Amino acid sequence: MSEFKVAPANASAGVKLLTWVDNRFPATKLWKEHLSEYYAPKNFNFWYFFGSLALLVLVIQIVTGIFLVMHYKPDATLAFASVEYIMRDVPWGWLVRYMHSTGASAFFIVVYLHMFRGFMYGSYRKPRELVWIFGCAIFLCLMGEAFMGYLLPWGQMSYWGAQVIVNLFSAIPFVGPELSLMIRGDYVVSDATLNRFFSFHVIAIPLILLGLVVAHIIALHEVGSNNPDGVEIKADKDDKGIPRDGIPFHPYYSVHDLMGVAGFLILFSAVVFFWPEGGGYFLESNNFIPADSLKTPPHIAPVWYFTPFYSMLRATTDDMLVWLRLIVLVAAVLAIVKGKFGGLGKAVIAIGAALLLVGIGALKFTGIPALSGCDAKFWGVCVMGGSVLILFFMPWLDKSPVKSIRYRPDWHKAVYAVFVVTFLILGWLGIQPPDPLKTAIAQVGTLLYFGFFLLMPWWSQQGTFKAVPARVTFHAH
Amino acid sequence: MSESVVVHEGIDDSKRKWVAITCVAGAGAGIATAVPFVSTFAPSERAKAAGAAVEVDISDLKVGEKKTVEWRGQPVWIVKRSPEMVASLSKDTAELADPDSKRNPDELTPPYARNEHRSIKSDVLVVVGICTHLGCSPGDKFSAGAQPSLPSDWPGGWLCPCHGSTFDLAGRVFKNKPAPDNLRVPPHMYLSDSKLLIGEDKKEA
Repeated sequence: MSEFKVAPANASAGVKLLTWVDNRFPATKLWKEHLSEYYAPKNFNFWYFFGSLALLVLVIQIVTGIFLVMHYKPDATLAFASVEYIMRDVPWGWLVRYMHSTGASAFFIVVYLHMFRGFMYGSYRKPRELVWIFGCAIFLCLMGEAFMGYLLPWGQMSYWGAQVIVNLFSAIPFVGPELSLMIRGDYVVSDATLNRFFSFHVIAIPLILLGLVVAHIIALHEVGSNNPDGVEIKADKDDKGIPRDGIPFHPYYSVHDLMGVAGFLILFSAVVFFWPEGGGYFLESNNFIPADSLKTPPHIAPVWYFTPFYSMLRATTDDMLVWLRLIVLVAAVLAIVKGKFGGLGKAVIAIGAALLLVGIGALKFTGIPALSGCDAKFWGVCVMGGSVLILFFMPWLDKSPVKSIRYRPDWHKAVYAVFVVTFLILGWLGIQPPDPLKTAIAQVGTLLYFGFFLLMPWWSQQGTFKAVPARVTFHAH
Repeated sequence: MSESVVVHEGIDDSKRKWVAITCVAGAGAGIATAVPFVSTFAPSERAKAAGAAVEVDISDLKVGEKKTVEWRGQPVWIVKRSPEMVASLSKDTAELADPDSKRNPDELTPPYARNEHRSIKSDVLVVVGICTHLGCSPGDKFSAGAQPSLPSDWPGGWLCPCHGSTFDLAGRVFKNKPAPDNLRVPPHMYLSDSKLLIGEDKKEA
């Protein structure tokens, strides 16, 4: 234990109290480490607002959620009416609920922008791999949280959305049907499902989420923030050991982020007060009809933030598997012929590719059931799951010699642009009713999405890279 | 942290062994404790009991009409097909993924429905109205011909709103759609000419 500190005799009562606390709890130490003496690069730009905004939205969701639970009833016969009761009879209940429902969409907007910032400036690269991985885990938790929360109003979209997503698990060979039964707790989505989703939504996942947020920030503060130049500011310190390009988070970025908060709250309030349904995208119109287990609404679509992944699920048909077989074959041959792998590596690739080819039905023509592989349904689930899980591998997929997009070849920006446009188009397609042309576009989009990641070890090294400066680029105002 | 060689001197092997044994025993107790908690996820006794057979009177069902009843929380459709509809079932087989209902017959098609019209009586179809892809309930598209989201040679049937799977009027899935299987024919039997029992197919001796 460190030695006992004593406040000067003439110190104020406040200083004496703080000294008393500091001798028992590292209050001042924590404040310094994470705020007043946490040195962040001085060249943060607009894109660096979204981390603190995500924290703000988390607080909004937790506070509004606490108040909603006071009036909501997690019972299949009462849930729908209790939400309407909050909207109509609870004083200001409509505001709390609209803040929560708008907050869900705002969370994804902020988090998508926050993740894209990481893409642009290589914030996932060494030594920030764990910051990124914790972040991806947070994103997964958010998806779970949003999905389970969406069942609670017990409207038609709640019900059928849950039905589809829980049934995704039944596509897993052997254990799938049993697993989806365990998730629902009944043979159909029912009161049992609603109750357990309520439990997960209000306590289990929020606890995990909070733990991950703490881990995300601790890991970040251990390695230090990246910046738009991708320059490690810790490499250049002054004689006090402070990075020359760093400024204390508090007061510089705490005040800076307050401006971001103000801007965010203007937009957030505008939606909450004037556009709470978000044109049917934040609150879908079919969800104003109580759940009916006998009738699926004529057009069902997930909430907008899930649609890119949902499109990829829908795109995986038998036709798509034919293309996938071809791609796996070509990729494996290229990796073996052109890749710099040893004999063992080549054998592993060959065996892995062969198994995968059988799995996606390359031997289906033989008509032997044991060799016909899994259904497109299972691979659709794999594609959807893989499209999220692949994010975890970003730190090792990107092999470019520089972190930031600023010093990459200009055509890399075009690659990123294609990726973003693909993601947006997939998102739009996920809202549309299925038809053959749109499915074909979604299939091309799915290939582009995965191509972006799986070919990254190759394309991220190509081209002429610009010289990275020793210090960050900063122009004082 | 500087890299250093970990020195194994001074390790008491006996203590290390007991630490390992304690860890294994602790893990065993942890797993045993998890079993009852995980078990609570399974359907309750009440949920298991709620699966009684449903009796339906189809005397008022007109040709070309569909009736929906709830069985085990799921919609069961009873459709009285017109002679043209029944005739169409033999024309579309080339477009179907599994025209003869050969996949998972024990689960999807009881023996008495293993025929082209997948029903006991050729005109009356009884199927569970839940898509075999991800469990949505397909919408009726009984009229033949071109229409939005459907091919121009559409013979009549169902379109799933979720992922676009299509089924013909015997609940057989079309090729190259996300749904792998035909719609399930539930166990059912006729109590009389116009009375159906859904959920049971063993006549009492």
